[in-house]
Amino acid sequence: MNWLTNFARPKVKAFFSKRNTPDNLWVNCTNCGSMVFHRDLIAQQFVCPSCQFHMRIGPTERFKAIFDGGLYETFDLPDVLPDPLKFKDEKKYADRIKESRSKTSQTDAVVSATGTLDGLGIVMAVQNFKFMGGSLGMAAGEALIRSAEVAIQKRAPFILFTAAGGARMQEGILSLMQMPRTTIAVQILHEAKLPYIVVLTDPTTGGVTASYAMLGDVQIAEPGALIGFAGPRVIEQTIREKLPEGFQRSEYLLEHGMLDMVVHRHDLRKTLSHITHLLMDRSPGKSDTPPRALDPGAHKIPSGVDRNNLQADHSIDSEISKEEEQRARLAGQTP
Amino acid sequence: MHVFLDFETQIADLEGKIEELRQVAAQDPAMNIGEELGKLETKAAAQLRDTYAKLTPWQKTQVARHPVRPHFTDYVGQLVEDFTPLAGDRSFGEDKAIIAGLGRFEGRSIAVIGHEKGADTQSRLEHNFGMARPEGYRKAARIMALADRFCLPVVALVDTTGAYPGRGAEERGQAEAIARSTEMCLSLGVPLVSVIIGEGGSGGAVALAAANRVLMLEHSVYSVISPEGCASILWRDSERAKDAAAAMKITAQDLLGLKVIDQIIPEPVGGAHRDPARAIADTGAAIHQALQEMEGWTGQALRQDRRVKFLEIGRAGLV
Ligand SMILES: [Zn+2]
Repeated sequence: MNWLTNFARPKVKAFFSKRNTPDNLWVNCTNCGSMVFHRDLIAQQFVCPSCQFHMRIGPTERFKAIFDGGLYETFDLPDVLPDPLKFKDEKKYADRIKESRSKTSQTDAVVSATGTLDGLGIVMAVQNFKFMGGSLGMAAGEALIRSAEVAIQKRAPFILFTAAGGARMQEGILSLMQMPRTTIAVQILHEAKLPYIVVLTDPTTGGVTASYAMLGDVQIAEPGALIGFAGPRVIEQTIREKLPEGFQRSEYLLEHGMLDMVVHRHDLRKTLSHITHLLMDRSPGKSDTPPRALDPGAHKIPSGVDRNNLQADHSIDSEISKEEEQRARLAGQTP
Repeated sequence: MHVFLDFETQIADLEGKIEELRQVAAQDPAMNIGEELGKLETKAAAQLRDTYAKLTPWQKTQVARHPVRPHFTDYVGQLVEDFTPLAGDRSFGEDKAIIAGLGRFEGRSIAVIGHEKGADTQSRLEHNFGMARPEGYRKAARIMALADRFCLPVVALVDTTGAYPGRGAEERGQAEAIARSTEMCLSLGVPLVSVIIGEGGSGGAVALAAANRVLMLEHSVYSVISPEGCASILWRDSERAKDAAAAMKITAQDLLGLKVIDQIIPEPVGGAHRDPARAIADTGAAIHQALQEMEGWTGQALRQDRRVKFLEIGRAGLV
């Protein structure tokens, strides 16, 4: 399937139809109620200018806000068996999927793209809460695994924006199995020594938080995002008391040591750029080399993929060709 | 006294009659009840066998939660010698919803970890009904790391409704603790065998079940959310738990079909609680066999095996 063509067309249409409707020129802030001109809201990345409330946004807005020049390329994600359990509650799962697809023009909850961030090649994935609550099913699981693989292939950091109510119940145990499966995706990034940066957005709960969303090398959250394992309603029912103000919000998690930072949406690009550039700026021999005294083989060139070239030029293509060059060189040296 | 489930009324009737007859006969030794008793016993046994041969997913959930179903402590008591429990997560506290320790199983040292629901009011409260807090998962991860360092296989017995949804648990990072425990399972360089002995509830179960071999007892259940939870969200009515249990495919038989688990351990007729010693012995034999299959595997091979196993789930062979 050609993702780009299928993705782009309905989006453009939707945009124009909105522009033609005067009702949509003004948007009500769901937090403070103030009226914001739609065009201003776009310029503000959907942060309310009056109260700084961060509205939920989707993959397109994220990609445009983070990648250099708003330029990026989405890549194909694996097809999965649709509706493996033939699940039906009050509605058929197959119908719920169809609805979400037409609403978002996405195949499933996760969209992934490559691009650059201040010149550094980046792989980015965004979970869209509008697609069945961003829920983690087989498609989202495969999407994250594929994204990690692409990051490794391109030797690029992986940035993930999470937003989900949790696992997708309609896929039963197969959705639960995405918890270990996505954890494997994180592990292969760790092994490749590539940064895995998580940006938690409103809301991130359930099995998503209890797997890949809490395993980032650096954990960032947008202000005021609901982040937790159990939902606040379930907790209130269990402990039979009212939860304190701000419970399970980003700032609360930061205070409890669960996050590295809470970052305003307008500062996210700069922060992500700093972190990824700092983590990728490794001088030769810094990593993987135990002290000589402890390892008699330390003077040998470490086997496996070489990481010494990463700080020079960060564009993805040159990275790949450099790595190939390096591999060929290493191969030539091996007796 | 035996606890009967709501679908066991006919069995309860028959067994009640048998009991009555025995009591009457005990009062009057001259009475000949042999023939009548034999008939009733045959009937009761047939009824029990038939009922348990076709339990619905919701009935299996009830059996999996049966108050006298054998729990972690029963398994360890029968299968593990020199069991030495180890406490604490080294950062906040000791959570008795998960028990972890060292012991000897079939002649070899192992680490054993599992949820304990408790067997009476006092112990249920002590073990928080098997619903662990972050400390439980951090202790589990700590003991797994210990096992890894000393090359001891790990056996995990899963039996939880789910991780505890409480205020303190959230504050101390319930989600992160579960994620780390799952990650630890997947990074172990020693064999990890997990057995769902009762309820495998959501992330709180996965945290101990990202294993090389995942086995389930015949009437245990394993699901992404409890049937009640699923019903209250999707049907907006927790009374629809029966429908949710069926729709989610939570039984050992369903999960074997979906290739999510490796093996089903048959239970005694009428469920593990009718003959705990046999259920536990059969479970021990299955664990032993699984460990033997992985005898001599390198750490790398074991990690790879786990990785391939989980990555394959859902990718092929689902019809
Ligand atoms: Zn506002």
